[in-house]
Amino acid sequence: MTVKVSMTVNGKAVSAEVEERTLLVNYIRENLRLTGTHVGCDTAQCGACTVHLNGRAIKSCNIVAMQAEGADILTIEGVAKSDGTLNTMQEAFREHHALQCGFCTPGMVLSAMDLVKNFPDPSEREIREQLDGNLCRCTGYHNIVKAIKAAAATMRG
Amino acid sequence: MYSFNYNRVKSVAEAAAALVKGEDVKLLAGGQSLIATMKLRLSKPSDLIDLGTISELRGIKVEGSTVTIGAMTRHAEVAASQEVKKAIPALASLAGSIADRQIRNMGTMGGSVAHNDPSADYPAGLLGLGATIQTNKRKIAADDFFKGMFETALENGEIITAVSFPVPKRAAYIKFKNPASRYAIVGVFVAETASGMRVAVTGASPGVFRVPEMEKALAAKFAPESVANIKVSDKGLNSDIHAKADYRAHLVTVMAKRAVEAALRG
Repeated sequence: MTVKVSMTVNGKAVSAEVEERTLLVNYIRENLRLTGTHVGCDTAQCGACTVHLNGRAIKSCNIVAMQAEGADILTIEGVAKSDGTLNTMQEAFREHHALQCGFCTPGMVLSAMDLVKNFPDPSEREIREQLDGNLCRCTGYHNIVKAIKAAAATMRG
Repeated sequence: MYSFNYNRVKSVAEAAAALVKGEDVKLLAGGQSLIATMKLRLSKPSDLIDLGTISELRGIKVEGSTVTIGAMTRHAEVAASQEVKKAIPALASLAGSIADRQIRNMGTMGGSVAHNDPSADYPAGLLGLGATIQTNKRKIAADDFFKGMFETALENGEIITAVSFPVPKRAAYIKFKNPASRYAIVGVFVAETASGMRVAVTGASPGVFRVPEMEKALAAKFAPESVANIKVSDKGLNSDIHAKADYRAHLVTVMAKRAVEAALRG
């Protein structure tokens, strides 16, 4: 059996017939071909599949696409401006070299954006605690924490 | 994941009617345990009824000395709620300690309570505060609700609609968490309530339980030293690669002591 699922992804209305058991991450990667959202562990632990659902960071491997029916989804492809200008968080990741292999980076950036929204002036400890849903297997956390702190400062102005 | 039929409903009554129709119909709240379990093919429901679109199941209300939280209220909403932080800070901080940020943005109180994972945090909070679980059929005291591993007093066709918490005089929750899953290896919720002292333990055994001996000692004197020498028996406690039964028994005392300290700090 299939069902029709419709949502807005990166500002664009999208719709498809999918199997009920289709995970949101598979819908994003395979139907929409937006492969910036990664599947790392596939068990809701590593956070590589993080996207925003109505402005909140969630793990897209741990919900079915139907749970996002009618929702506003933001993936890493929708974070930079259309002219390619990086957003503040992406720019801070670049500036502070907050990535090594880059696999976890899309999830890290989206999770960090949610983090700073809730903690506008986070301490290093808060960043480390609040980022515990994202794993970097290169263990490059130090520069990620620095980047988030810097991005938060820029956003505060 | 095995295939299933997906159903969207608009009201609790509609969900209740759909719930008793099939062989293995399950409710989908945030799905943070259920979808994970289904992906591992440990669960094979024929139908899922998504409660995500029922707005009457969401929201936080404070009336007098009672905080009522809708079943579909997400952990992140409870953690960030100024009302909950003011009335029962221990509950807000418990919600903020569940899993990780992304899971807290999806997972719901009703889902966690109905699932009753032996290492989940909310069961300790509900039992520790003497909460009341409201369903579409009745009200159930937390003391009568949790029945052991993944078992509750919920009957067929019964749906949790909200949980109400009496505001305690003071309370705190401390857990020794598994650093990978953030589940409680042992978590202890301590509360001084209008109806007496309550100490609830999660993670240690197949189901959340109270420790009457500690409650009695705290009633005599609400201080860390009152519980520091009270040991629970390790008989029947969980034992796995993360912690053996005797270690969990030890942690109950340590976490209880730290929870009392935290409650005194306020």
